[in-house]
Amino acid sequence: MVVIEQPALALPRKRIRWGEQLVHLLLFIAAAISVLTTLGIVLSLLMPAIDFFREVSPWEFFTGTTWAPLFLDAHFGVVPLVVGTFVISFWSALVAFPLGVGVAIYLSEYARPRTSAVLKPVLEILAAIPTVVLGYFALTFVTPFLRDIGLSVEIFNVLSASLVLGIMLIPTVATLSEDAMAAVPRDLRDGGYALGADKLQVSTRIVVPAAISGIIAAFVLAFSRAVGETMIVLIAAGQLAQITFDPRETIETMTAFIGATGNGDVPTGSIEYKTIFAVGLTLFLITLVMNLVSIRLVRKYREIYE
Amino acid sequence: MTSVELQQETTRRSRAWKNRLFLGVMLFSMFVAFGTLAVLLVDTIVTGWPAISWQILSSLPSSVPGEAGARPAILATLYLGLIVLVLSVPIGVLTAIYLEEYANRSRWWNKLIEVNIQNLAAVPSIVYGILGLAFIVRGIGVGRVVFAGGLILTLVVLPTVVVASREAIRSVPDSIRQGAFALGATKWQVVWRQVLPAAIPGMATGSILALSRAVGETAPLLMVGAVVYVPFNPTLFGQYTALPVQIYNWTKQPDAEFQTLAAAGAIVLLVIVLSMNAVAIFLRNRYRRQW
Amino acid sequence: METPQIDSARIAEVARGALSRGDIERRERVFTVSDLGVSYNGKPALEDVSLDVFRNTVTAFIGPSGCGKSTFIRCFNRMNDLIPGADVAGTVLYHGADLYGRNVDPVEIRRRIGMVFQKPNPFPKSIYDNIAFGPRVLGMKGDLDERVEGALRQAALWDEVKDRLKDGALGLSGGQQQRLCIARALAVEPDVILMDEPASALDPISTTRIEDLMHELKREYTIVIVTHNMQQAARVADMTAFFSVVVAEDGSARRGVLVEYDTTTKIFTTPSDKRTEDYVTGRFG
Repeated sequence: MVVIEQPALALPRKRIRWGEQLVHLLLFIAAAISVLTTLGIVLSLLMPAIDFFREVSPWEFFTGTTWAPLFLDAHFGVVPLVVGTFVISFWSALVAFPLGVGVAIYLSEYARPRTSAVLKPVLEILAAIPTVVLGYFALTFVTPFLRDIGLSVEIFNVLSASLVLGIMLIPTVATLSEDAMAAVPRDLRDGGYALGADKLQVSTRIVVPAAISGIIAAFVLAFSRAVGETMIVLIAAGQLAQITFDPRETIETMTAFIGATGNGDVPTGSIEYKTIFAVGLTLFLITLVMNLVSIRLVRKYREIYE
Repeated sequence: MTSVELQQETTRRSRAWKNRLFLGVMLFSMFVAFGTLAVLLVDTIVTGWPAISWQILSSLPSSVPGEAGARPAILATLYLGLIVLVLSVPIGVLTAIYLEEYANRSRWWNKLIEVNIQNLAAVPSIVYGILGLAFIVRGIGVGRVVFAGGLILTLVVLPTVVVASREAIRSVPDSIRQGAFALGATKWQVVWRQVLPAAIPGMATGSILALSRAVGETAPLLMVGAVVYVPFNPTLFGQYTALPVQIYNWTKQPDAEFQTLAAAGAIVLLVIVLSMNAVAIFLRNRYRRQW
Repeated sequence: METPQIDSARIAEVARGALSRGDIERRERVFTVSDLGVSYNGKPALEDVSLDVFRNTVTAFIGPSGCGKSTFIRCFNRMNDLIPGADVAGTVLYHGADLYGRNVDPVEIRRRIGMVFQKPNPFPKSIYDNIAFGPRVLGMKGDLDERVEGALRQAALWDEVKDRLKDGALGLSGGQQQRLCIARALAVEPDVILMDEPASALDPISTTRIEDLMHELKREYTIVIVTHNMQQAARVADMTAFFSVVVAEDGSARRGVLVEYDTTTKIFTTPSDKRTEDYVTGRFG
């Protein structure tokens, strides 16, 4: 057997493709902008806040229950603002979560494809309404309405703002929960039906528990959005920093304070100016912690087949 | 009836009851959500309709409600939208391409970028306003100008654009990339000529939705510069007020006529925002690809 | 030895027209594989493979699922480079030169060694743009229209699509899409065509057309195919390599190994290894 020997082929040499390298670099720079943004946020909050804490003790700030920064006899206790924020978020979540999950179960388990094809865009429209319009609606429609039906609410009150904010968050809860439910494999439902369970039992005892990690994520996201919301509370909940749990009263949230003060003519470098950053830092830390908790929770409840 | 049958009958009846109740609760949820939307739209339109005229679109604001208009605010909003479009889409899309096609997931700096974007999406928009206040307005000293507002709004919606673009890129099947590589294409050629064109519908939808959100944002603008009274047309580096801020200002006024104006402004803003959403939804449905 | 349970008439027919081992081995060795092993993230998938692929032949890799045939074929055009965590050990010589040499450009390699995949993957573009994609990105000179027509003719698809070149490729039938993918690979003037189960997603008639195409194409190109269909290997291949799975004692690790490599006739009529015989007679796999 004769084997013909061929000289080895000269294979194309690897060359540095400069275009490719450049592209890779440009893309990295684009992605790095997000890191710069975070850095910017942290710096812009930290530095003036540190300045602030030189003049006002952190202890007074974080535990004081009177917030009156612009008065001659100034008090810088942030607790009323934080309480105000959480009270609003609590009531909003109370509205958004049950209603949102209800809508989600309906869309996922009960509605026909044609119905849900019509309803989902409507949900999107609800989510797209600018918050300033919602705030206007809360102040000029919901508050008078609540008064008309007998609830003696203040002009600026927690209830109006929470109701509207909660309804604004229904699409958030609904879409996330519905996604989670849609991801539950058909087999699980079929197994339930095959055992003779009805739709209610399958939905509540099989699908919802299976989708629980997504539903929890939806809840935390909605709550976190409520904490960070500005316009609705600024317009409808008021600017009276007091600690109260009565939803008919006026309060002030962290975001409302920041928004109102930032919009005003506060001299740069004054103590009032620095309060913006101290409160902003508090807000930022709270939302950061909530975000981390949400990620942790979702991971904990994630089922194997996801 | 035997006792077993009686038991079964009772169970069946209570089951039917429970089912109906549950259905009722769900329909109630839908009713609250959609009913409120309907009421809001109707109320806003009814209240604001008297002030809808060419005047509101073309006049300058004034302390006399009868003569006030929102022209500068509307123009500024459109400018802001343009700035956000021009800045956020390229940066967002390029970031998404980097994360999906180029980044080596095991490297720490890439993990950092990913976590970072997730966190930024959760930051309240007013905090971006604080960032703007500190750095851009008073820090660099650009001042309370349109460009600064556009810059900050870009940062607010950038995470959204990145997430939407990543989704669009991920939905391009890997078999397409494999086929292109197998022919001897370089990575950028595969991305530029195959992945991106296929991902454009998804990216466009996501970008338009992000843009409509930017246009409706108020909180950051309160911080970086939209001032109260702007009786002249805005320029890129001049003072300005945007439509959402104008609505806010009118809402604050006790005079009932300003409430009407606020509602009218809201109608204009809703028209802008909802038509953008409609375009996005239309695009999404039209280009829903069956792979 | 028991009579194998495949159509012996067909085998005889193939055997009549088949090349003898001597004929084949006189041809140039396009690929020479020595001691090849592939692992993913440290876990070996394929070990100790050595064989030669000869010019203008069809070489088939057969074996049960999980034996590493697809992994192996991807070594020939360095597509495994694209999988993070994949490691290729051993040598692959392409026309005598080290394919995995330090200075070799994998992107250029892939032009010369084309690939067709199991599930047809036309680009979501027009038929014309699908074929033209390769020449365009590689900057090939010459008349593009001619290239496209030439490729489509070679893939026996020209007559069916010549009036609708601007139509979307996704509108073609499965068999047509696969021939389109073959034409796409041919358009860049390769030397070798790798086919990873090219007909497994197609109906019998399309399968036959693809197999006929392979007979045609091997006159100009060298073809390597992976197939799980033994009869297909018997019909089209000149040389056949049988791979099998080796399971570790504790049942944890599964690796692929090359069991036997010979002319198709020999593999299917008088295999040397018992495992080969078991497989081709249908006793397992």
